[in-house]
Amino acid sequence: MWINTNRVAKYFHHHEGHKSSRDGNAHASGGSVAISKSRGREIKVVRKVLDANDMMARQNRKLFTAKKVFVLNVMSSPGSGKTMTLEKTLARIMPEIRCAVIVGDICTTHDADRLAQSGAPVVQVNTDEFGGDCHLAAHVIEKAVTNIDLEDIDLLIVENIGNLVCPAEFDIGEDARVVVLSVTEGEDKPVKYPLMFRECDAALLNKIDLLPYLDYDKAAAVEYIHQIQPEMPVYEISAKTEAGFSPWIQWLEDQVGQKRNTP
Amino acid sequence: MHEMGIAMQIIEIATASIPGDMKNSRVQRVNLKVGKLAAIVPDSLHFCFEIASQDTPLADAELVIEEIPVVASCNDCSFQWTINDPVFVCQKCKSGSIQLISGRELDIESIELAEEEQKDVDKHK
Repeated sequence: MWINTNRVAKYFHHHEGHKSSRDGNAHASGGSVAISKSRGREIKVVRKVLDANDMMARQNRKLFTAKKVFVLNVMSSPGSGKTMTLEKTLARIMPEIRCAVIVGDICTTHDADRLAQSGAPVVQVNTDEFGGDCHLAAHVIEKAVTNIDLEDIDLLIVENIGNLVCPAEFDIGEDARVVVLSVTEGEDKPVKYPLMFRECDAALLNKIDLLPYLDYDKAAAVEYIHQIQPEMPVYEISAKTEAGFSPWIQWLEDQVGQKRNTP
Repeated sequence: MHEMGIAMQIIEIATASIPGDMKNSRVQRVNLKVGKLAAIVPDSLHFCFEIASQDTPLADAELVIEEIPVVASCNDCSFQWTINDPVFVCQKCKSGSIQLISGRELDIESIELAEEEQKDVDKHK
């Protein structure tokens, strides 16, 4: 509600100055004086806005490489079945692959509690720090990792915040990114959120056990994914029944193995 | 959704870019390049920047966003084109092996400092 009010104020701010609904704020009144049409002295900056995040991500990546830990960043919209997919995945790959999980959630420790039942160490992170609750940033991972003994694990899974927009923009130092899409969502999600699908290395199409009850056009969904990322493997799975899990698990094990065997 | 965090980063970088001998200067404009594939909504960024810049040298500064098109190049036939629809397949040879040349930018190009007399106006407040 307050956002709407302020948004209106923003649009009228320069033109109407004092008439804006944020008139009560002292600094709003200074606006018309300070904004000058003349160009001031220009100073070249040429820096990435996310420099600080990218730097921290590189640092994380260096640490993970030194410890030979494969880091998987799992992203999706809310409700796609990320947590159950990970629960079932952990049950299949542990203890041969030693795992730890970082879970990002805006509220509650429900997901962390569920994942902890696998026996893997789980770190729940607070997402308030970067001015938004929408993604995990590299420095959040850096901090969370201090609670995990990297010597003791082969695979670190990061369950990102349920969101198909922001997490795609933030490198956290991961080796691979997986996006989970479920058949209860629109087939065209990939083209609606192209950056996410462009930035991922594999896609899990979840809840295929529900296909008989839906009008979902699975072929269209896969086609949309390949329109955005033509070379992306798509694994059709059901986290509930574990149908289709073998190829996905194989892919994951291969990735972890490669990292473990790097000289 | 994360525009507030982005706005705060812009303010931090811009503030650090003010030369040492001009530390009291006010920034009147920030020139930004944002790729069309960056997960940024310009309107939201303007809004967050306006709030986050208050009580900083960037207060009331104008945020100028230059949107950069998504340009791809085919790894197989070297064809280059601008992507307007979400189709990341070579328009010429249909190869899926392509790379993006632009469109992912989120860069601060430059800042513009207010002239001296404006600094006085500013102090006067």
